[in-house]
Amino acid sequence: MTTPPKPSEFYQRDRRWHPPALSQDYKTSVTRSPRLPLISLENTASEITGPVFGHNDINPGDNDLLSNFAKTGESPIGERIIVHGRVLDENAQAVPKTLVEIWQANASGRYRHKKDTYLGALDPNFGGCGRTLTDEDGYYFFRTVKPGAYPWRNWVNDWRPAHIHVSVFGSGFAQRLITQLYFEGDPLIARCPIVNTIPDPKAVDMLIARIDMNATIPLDTIAYRFDIVLRGRRSTLFENRLEGN
Amino acid sequence: MGQKLDYLKETPSQTAGPYVHIGLAPGAAGFEIYEQELGWDIAGPNARGERIRVEGVVLDGTGSPVKDVLLEAWQANAEGVYAHPEHGGEVEDGFRGWGRVITDFESGEWGFDTVKPGPAMGRNGQRMAPHINLWIVARGINVGLNTRLYFEDEAEANATDPVINLIEWESRRQTLIARRSERDGQTVYRFDIRLQGDGETVFFDI
Ligand SMILES: [Fe+3]
Repeated sequence: MTTPPKPSEFYQRDRRWHPPALSQDYKTSVTRSPRLPLISLENTASEITGPVFGHNDINPGDNDLLSNFAKTGESPIGERIIVHGRVLDENAQAVPKTLVEIWQANASGRYRHKKDTYLGALDPNFGGCGRTLTDEDGYYFFRTVKPGAYPWRNWVNDWRPAHIHVSVFGSGFAQRLITQLYFEGDPLIARCPIVNTIPDPKAVDMLIARIDMNATIPLDTIAYRFDIVLRGRRSTLFENRLEGN
Repeated sequence: MGQKLDYLKETPSQTAGPYVHIGLAPGAAGFEIYEQELGWDIAGPNARGERIRVEGVVLDGTGSPVKDVLLEAWQANAEGVYAHPEHGGEVEDGFRGWGRVITDFESGEWGFDTVKPGPAMGRNGQRMAPHINLWIVARGINVGLNTRLYFEDEAEANATDPVINLIEWESRRQTLIARRSERDGQTVYRFDIRLQGDGETVFFDI
């Protein structure tokens, strides 16, 4: 028997592509941003390994936000949508069996959270979270309602575009990522100080889910496509082997 | 223009926002939805080694506790082996080595129970001192922050740890050392994280 390939190191993260820690227009970042430079680290076992999840960690219905909190026979209010796509790495390889978790406001822009006091109504049939594992091809899907926009305290008239928060693991702890999904055509995207923490418009574009008419269920549910890209692993053509790995 | 390289760009990060609990710890947000929440048991019942508790607060640039943080921990077992299929070692049944905790909404205190990790092998055969990898997200944090918690009572191993030694400033190395004490017969390590200002914790670009 041959031993499986050892996990290799990741490409360096492009810190100019991600938002900087300090973005003046996103006020909360001002006191929560480190001011000293990050210490750059070559990957060790601590970074290239990461937790493994399996089907006994979650239930099959966890990815259906239309039903995972609703009373029997009832549904949440709002536009019924499918959000689907693939988790890939920077080498365009599928990331299989990785945990994807999402959370969002309901159709009124209200979160089911004891700290959310927005006027928008709570929906008794909507929890607002879901989770799933990608399949062998890195593919995932959720069913949910389209979240509403909501106001937030930053400047007094700031509104978050409709968005879904997305958390992904990958196969190494260095790939850990949280981001947000926005919806094609939303005029609030360009006005959002949190979106605008991202310096490059091409990077923002990666966060905008496209309407996907081929994946809709006619007369039932409209679909959006959202692919996610995690850091890629270096090939091991000339490898400085990590001892003990 | 030369040939095109077919690499994709990484999806850019966005803040986890104030309601990260809904997605990653819904019980704390105030509702039960999943049969089991993930990440509450790091070591499992069969893990060998010393049972420890790790506690702290995350402080912002004004010195105030940050009350909407979520932390994730990733660690090796007491033999220095990560629960990863390709890391080349066995771990105890039920040992995952990964967990997540949130801060108390009132005090900002967080804490988790685990076992003290053993020394894992680093690069080029250099042994790393026992440590727990931490990842910190919150409202106002645009890209999750990575740091490492090392143990006060491992002074000898810490002194030769290749990662600690990357940090040029001796004073800053101290920000990664958790302080050991006993409480009701249990070992408790205190690890306060300072996001900014005096004693700013060392964060890594991994
Ligand atoms: Fe949000």
